[in-house]
Amino acid sequence: MFPVKGISGPPVQVGGGCSLLSPIVVENLVKTFRVAEREPGMWGAVRGLVRRRHRRVRALGGISFAVEPGELVGYIGPNGAGKSTTVKVLSGILVPDSGRCEVLGRVPWRERIALVRQLGVVFGQRTQLWWDLPVIESFDLLRAIYRVSERDHIRARDELIALLDLAPLLDVPVRQLSLGQRMRCDLAAALLHSPKLLFLDEPTIGLDAVSKLAVRDFVRRLNRERGVTVILTTHDMDDIEALCTRVIVIGEGRILSDGTLDDLRRRVTTERWLIVDLLEDDEVSDAQATVISREGSRVCLRFDPEEVAPAALIARITARHAVRDLFVENPPIEEIIARMYRGAAP
Amino acid sequence: MSAYGAVISARFRMHLQYRAAAAAGFGTQLFWGVIRILIFGAFYRSTTAHQPMTYPQVVTYIWLSQALMRLIPWYAGDPDVRAAIRTGAVAYELLRPVDLYWTWFVRIIGASLAETALRAIPMFLVAGLFLGLQAPPSWASAGAWGLAMIGVVLLAGAMVTLLSVTMMWTISGEGVTYIVPTLAIVFSGLIVPLPFFPDWAQPILNVLPFRGMLDIPFRLYMGHIPSGQALPLFAQQMAWAVALIVIGRLLLARGTRRLVVQGG
Repeated sequence: MFPVKGISGPPVQVGGGCSLLSPIVVENLVKTFRVAEREPGMWGAVRGLVRRRHRRVRALGGISFAVEPGELVGYIGPNGAGKSTTVKVLSGILVPDSGRCEVLGRVPWRERIALVRQLGVVFGQRTQLWWDLPVIESFDLLRAIYRVSERDHIRARDELIALLDLAPLLDVPVRQLSLGQRMRCDLAAALLHSPKLLFLDEPTIGLDAVSKLAVRDFVRRLNRERGVTVILTTHDMDDIEALCTRVIVIGEGRILSDGTLDDLRRRVTTERWLIVDLLEDDEVSDAQATVISREGSRVCLRFDPEEVAPAALIARITARHAVRDLFVENPPIEEIIARMYRGAAP
Repeated sequence: MSAYGAVISARFRMHLQYRAAAAAGFGTQLFWGVIRILIFGAFYRSTTAHQPMTYPQVVTYIWLSQALMRLIPWYAGDPDVRAAIRTGAVAYELLRPVDLYWTWFVRIIGASLAETALRAIPMFLVAGLFLGLQAPPSWASAGAWGLAMIGVVLLAGAMVTLLSVTMMWTISGEGVTYIVPTLAIVFSGLIVPLPFFPDWAQPILNVLPFRGMLDIPFRLYMGHIPSGQALPLFAQQMAWAVALIVIGRLLLARGTRRLVVQGG
């Protein structure tokens, strides 16, 4: 078990235990970037010719976690938190300043070529397909690059084509695909060599609702049916809620929380929301609950279940108002994460 | 097909799509070839001094250079590598189970071979039939030329790849690297065939790598350099190629350590 520092209070033990078989073990990973700075405007540009100022930006400030086989881990954090940097270190693209890291038993930056052979990676904002070539030709090239045997390639390829419904896209040059179509093709491209470990960096970014569902559904099946271990970074909390059993939250290069979604909720807030649909247009108020929003006849109240039992609160409200319907729910995950980010800000 | 073969073939096929560019390139190079020949024709008519090459040899030299000029380091580094570094797509190149240096190396070779094939084949036909391009005087000269052309491809590939690698520091690839193509154009003999350079310059031209990109193979082709010298000249081309490859690989190893993937 790795002790992980919470945003407040003592370090808490969360996350999976570490075993020899863990596909990913990261300990105390640190990565800083040197960024050239110049003052704005013409004068700044001229000064920059003579003297460059550099600033060190700490992307990862000592992060530790381990991932077990078959896990589907959500790795989330605000922009610039260090998510993509972590993925790039894990896949051997970036060399960290210090810390230990093993992926599938290999040190990524030392054994990059051997490692990436067993790794699938999708960066939602980029494509690994050849821009000017038809999709199917990209697949053939990847077969050659990964040295997959003809038989295995055809099997994996046809399966992916069926699962992701790619048949109508195969002869289209990549530059003519829509974003959703391209993402489906990119997912297939990352999986042609049947990796056991998959990194998805914002795979649903910019996709429409239907494409998002297709991607989510595919990732879920991959994980459940084939046991592929997945690390998913995203800003879309629906992705997290739909897919991830475990969530690691990172901010300013540090791990803020690591555990199940429910753990995360409990750690940030215990509050519940009571949503009431009124029959008449009354003002709702209660000493132990606060109204946080009102839309037409629907009122949303926030309360702390440790302070007031939900049953008691509901009884009071229904006694005072004519209610058509009501239900209690958790605050949306966006709300939880936003609070956690704010808590992490200096 | 090997992994690197796949990379070459992808690049080759991509360039074959740019047929309009190839047709325009062919037209331009035909035009410039005629102009250069007119200039040399005027020069030969106005001089009685002994010249290092005969007029028909110069004409052949010019048509060979018009046909094969795309093989010399035309770029200050591979434009695709520049784009990959600028946009951060280099991340995907590192995700493939192949050596990054050889990937870049074979890719620029694929591109220059495709560009050259599209221009050279029609140029050999047109210039050979109508414009005074002569065939090699012997099979030995033709063989020596073929060997030296292999040297050209490897040497120029190594030089462009080295320039590509330096973009990891300059990002834009604009800067000192632009000097290199200019040097290559002048000191390979593309503007003026190297035998016309003054005598004092010859020892310098002989040790520079650029001669191996154009002058050596063309003079072997015409028998201006006897085919017996093909092997030592090929060895010289290879020595430069190996040196540039070693430097490029060392720089790339350092560059990937300090890599910053642009755009997150």
